[in-house]
Amino acid sequence: MAGEKKGLVLLDYWVSPFGQRCRIGLAEKGLEYEYSEQELLGDRSELLLRSNPVHKAVPVLLHDGRPVCESLLILHYLDEAFPNSPPLLPADPYARAQARFWAAYSDKVYEVGTRLWKLRGEEQARARDDMVEVLGNLDGELGDKAFFAGEAFGFVDLAVAPFTPWLPSYGRYGGFSVEREWPRLAAWARRCAGRESVAKSLQPPEKVDEYINVLKKHCGIND
Amino acid sequence: MAGGGGDGQLRLLGFWPSPFVHRVSLALHLKGLSYESVEEDLANKSDLLLASNPVHKKIPVLLHGGRPVCESMLIVEYLDDAFPGAGQAVLPADPYDRAVARFWAAYIDTKFFPALIKALMGTTEEEKAAATADTFVALETLEGALAERSGGEGFFAGDAPGFVDVALGGFVGWLSAWDKVTGVKLLDAGRTPLLAAWAERFAALDAAKGAIPDVDRIAEFAKALQARSAAAASS
Repeated sequence: MAGEKKGLVLLDYWVSPFGQRCRIGLAEKGLEYEYSEQELLGDRSELLLRSNPVHKAVPVLLHDGRPVCESLLILHYLDEAFPNSPPLLPADPYARAQARFWAAYSDKVYEVGTRLWKLRGEEQARARDDMVEVLGNLDGELGDKAFFAGEAFGFVDLAVAPFTPWLPSYGRYGGFSVEREWPRLAAWARRCAGRESVAKSLQPPEKVDEYINVLKKHCGIND
Repeated sequence: MAGGGGDGQLRLLGFWPSPFVHRVSLALHLKGLSYESVEEDLANKSDLLLASNPVHKKIPVLLHGGRPVCESMLIVEYLDDAFPGAGQAVLPADPYDRAVARFWAAYIDTKFFPALIKALMGTTEEEKAAATADTFVALETLEGALAERSGGEGFFAGDAPGFVDVALGGFVGWLSAWDKVTGVKLLDAGRTPLLAAWAERFAALDAAKGAIPDVDRIAEFAKALQARSAAAASS
């Protein structure tokens, strides 16, 4: 398109785990991009509304001005549009299908986690049970491997890592300890945090917890 | 089942009215792949299903050489990846077009389907009415996507059906049956003319005739489902 900004621009929000997936992916692939912090609690920018009119959400990747939305779709796009950079997805069709399944499944960590800090009483208890199931399934899939992908960091690791700074908060609201219940998952989280692309993209748990408090106020929750 | 292609190792665990199963059948037919169809009783799930999809315990599950692939659109992507020479590719070749196709398939799953199911199974009349309104909003949004992608002619993917056509096409039986069940015409040429024409075009495909069950059968099933849900809600 004439006049459209060339190259990669990521419309994102500092604490968004979905945006962080894209930041990690871009770093892993060694791709240069412009980071554009968006306003989500206040009015959304014209650019964001134009780029993602359906969901009005981040992350959005602009490539020569053309928008790609949804974190996992952005990661697929990066692999397909930049085939000469290190691949995020495995090559084998069956391994790809498994990687896609677990990456998509991991979205539940955030979905259920949001119910955990937002809801109270019976609804919160149900969210807690759901979170225990989700983390149990992820722990089962990880097993005794160093990473979900095996010996090396891969697509599912990338997809799940951004939720790890949220787990201490979820644990407080849900009355569980990830360290105690799923020590393999806790060890995996520490292993990922040591990886440069991950360390640079994630926020510390204290900042995440502060942000949850901001969201609670925003929703009118006072406890 | 379907064409004679493939390696004789495909089994589809399904349930005949499920639109998600229809999506997989459609893709198998479009790619000319042979498969064995295994009908599950969802009230009494088989050990094979529970072992193949322990996380969700849902159909469809595709078994390829005994190895399970779950989630309808992930199965469709897998078929493209595993059988690159078979029939037509369901996803387009261009990376940007692929991203757009995946986006609309995800929209159908996260916005259209939840509204549709609530419009049928909502516990109160208000809930069902609100969900029906949401369903129309989703269909209008998809109408816009169709206009943009193909100028309104043909399919979402262009001259031949592709990924989004399969994603929405899985629902054509249900969309046609809907007014027999609820009295509401979801595919209304007055509201979404392009989609209404698309649905007819899609239903006329050989793949659709092979994969989508008879509309009256679906209508009967949907009525029974709605009645059971209403009985459960009032008990």
